[in-house]
Amino acid sequence: MSVIEVSELRKSYGGRAVVDGVSFAVEEGEIFGILGPNGAGKTTTVECVEGLRVPDAGRVRVAGLDPVADHEAVTRVLGAQLQESEIQPKLTVRETLELYAAFYPNPADWRPLAERLNLSGKLGTRFARLSGGQKQRLFIALALIGNPRVVVLDELTTGLDPRARRDTWELIEDVRAGGVTVLLVTHFMEEAQRLCDRIAVIDRGRVAALDTPAGLIRRSAGATVISFTSSAPLDDSELAALPGVTSVEHKDGRITLAGTDETVNAVITLLARSRVTAHQLRVTDATLDDAFLDLTAGAAR
Amino acid sequence: MSTVITATRSATATTAVLKTEARLFGREPGSLFWVLVFPTLLLGVLGAIPSFREAQDSLDGLRTIDLYVPVTVLLGMIVAGIQAMPPVVTGYRERGILRRMSTTPVRPSALLSAQMVLHGAAALVSVLLSLAVGRLVHDVPLPRQVFGYVLALLLAVAVALALGALLSALSRTQKIATAAGSAVLFPMMFTAGVWLPVQAMPDVLARIVEVTPFGAAAQALSEATAGDWPAWSHLGVLTLWTVVLTGAAVRWFRWQ
Repeated sequence: MSVIEVSELRKSYGGRAVVDGVSFAVEEGEIFGILGPNGAGKTTTVECVEGLRVPDAGRVRVAGLDPVADHEAVTRVLGAQLQESEIQPKLTVRETLELYAAFYPNPADWRPLAERLNLSGKLGTRFARLSGGQKQRLFIALALIGNPRVVVLDELTTGLDPRARRDTWELIEDVRAGGVTVLLVTHFMEEAQRLCDRIAVIDRGRVAALDTPAGLIRRSAGATVISFTSSAPLDDSELAALPGVTSVEHKDGRITLAGTDETVNAVITLLARSRVTAHQLRVTDATLDDAFLDLTAGAAR
Repeated sequence: MSTVITATRSATATTAVLKTEARLFGREPGSLFWVLVFPTLLLGVLGAIPSFREAQDSLDGLRTIDLYVPVTVLLGMIVAGIQAMPPVVTGYRERGILRRMSTTPVRPSALLSAQMVLHGAAALVSVLLSLAVGRLVHDVPLPRQVFGYVLALLLAVAVALALGALLSALSRTQKIATAAGSAVLFPMMFTAGVWLPVQAMPDVLARIVEVTPFGAAAQALSEATAGDWPAWSHLGVLTLWTVVLTGAAVRWFRWQ
């Protein structure tokens, strides 16, 4: 059963369509990523899911509830971590956790939660004195404190150092292991590739692609990258004519081709036929980065 | 049954918000000083001036210090509503604290109500301090028309909070709220009679000041102190201002 359903969602600001017909469904227990360039409409989309914004058109359901009409009921099943949203500066970590726990009918025990988020040593510290990473961890704790079925995490690891980012990823995997569905907004490819079961790539207010990370890479043009240093010059037009080739590049004497599995065999055949020896031949999968750039290429134009 | 549970739940949550905000209020030494200590301190200083302790024929036999008790009573309210509260509320919006609360089962309005209750309560404590110091240190009689006094007092607190709420609604940032609060503070202090009590003002000026919220409040409090029921015109002016300012605040307030 889908925990979150979004269909044909539309939202405009001042006549400009920010979200222009977005549809997706998130299954129970899934980590679902929303990936896209800045200003693509990611945050507006999840704000409609959280009930913070009223859609102009379309249908949004969280656990079968309308986030606007049944706002209070939705807040009890959905925990949110928002971008640029703080806590009273002079409130301590302990006081914040106790306060937010009091908001929910069946809150999580905040002590183990603080322990798991590595905040136990900071319980007496005021919000204003926490580091960026500690603040983010506190926000995650607040998103989880109501024992939600779904958490929405918006740009969670922005501003964290690599160590803290990896710790946070482990934490999100733990959260999912606990049965919570995660909707993750991000612009970090590595994060999306590592965590998400499925990803919706949003570009200019529309879903440009929706698939598993591996599926997104496979379906993008140039999913396989072949590179080598050749013993004799090769004709560029001959390379470009090989099946599946999407690009040919020369750099520091190395030739790099982007293509498909088919291209690999064709390159090997061509080399054998031309009696050219390839040194340091490498065949690698494209990364989600490459797939993302390919899928959102229109934005740059 | 479930409505009962929901109601109890939201009562618990509202109490938790109020308790937390009270704790935070206690961490603002600036607000505590200006609301609770400063008005009483001012009364103490003024009472130390010998000529202020002498009965004046021009004031119907009252002493200047007698006139200053209602003034310092109003001063606490003005500072609480106009200077202390708006930066807090605006800061809560600017920092996204209200927005964050919107994602929980508790409405962000609980935070605003808590702020108004706390600043109102602090203003009333400040009133009690001023009356006590006036009575015990300077021998200023307590209000004789108690009900009229309490009514005028509550209306004055309401108008101070309504004005503060409007300032919070109109200020986009905490910095603007602080600046706007200070800008409004001085005219309000003037009309309340901080520099010159309304009874001692020239007639024309007093007539004008009486249509302002705190000028009317000062008059109503003085009348009740003397033992008369406050003039309905003063109470009416106070009510009207409260309604207008509250309406404007509701109209222009933004949650994010």
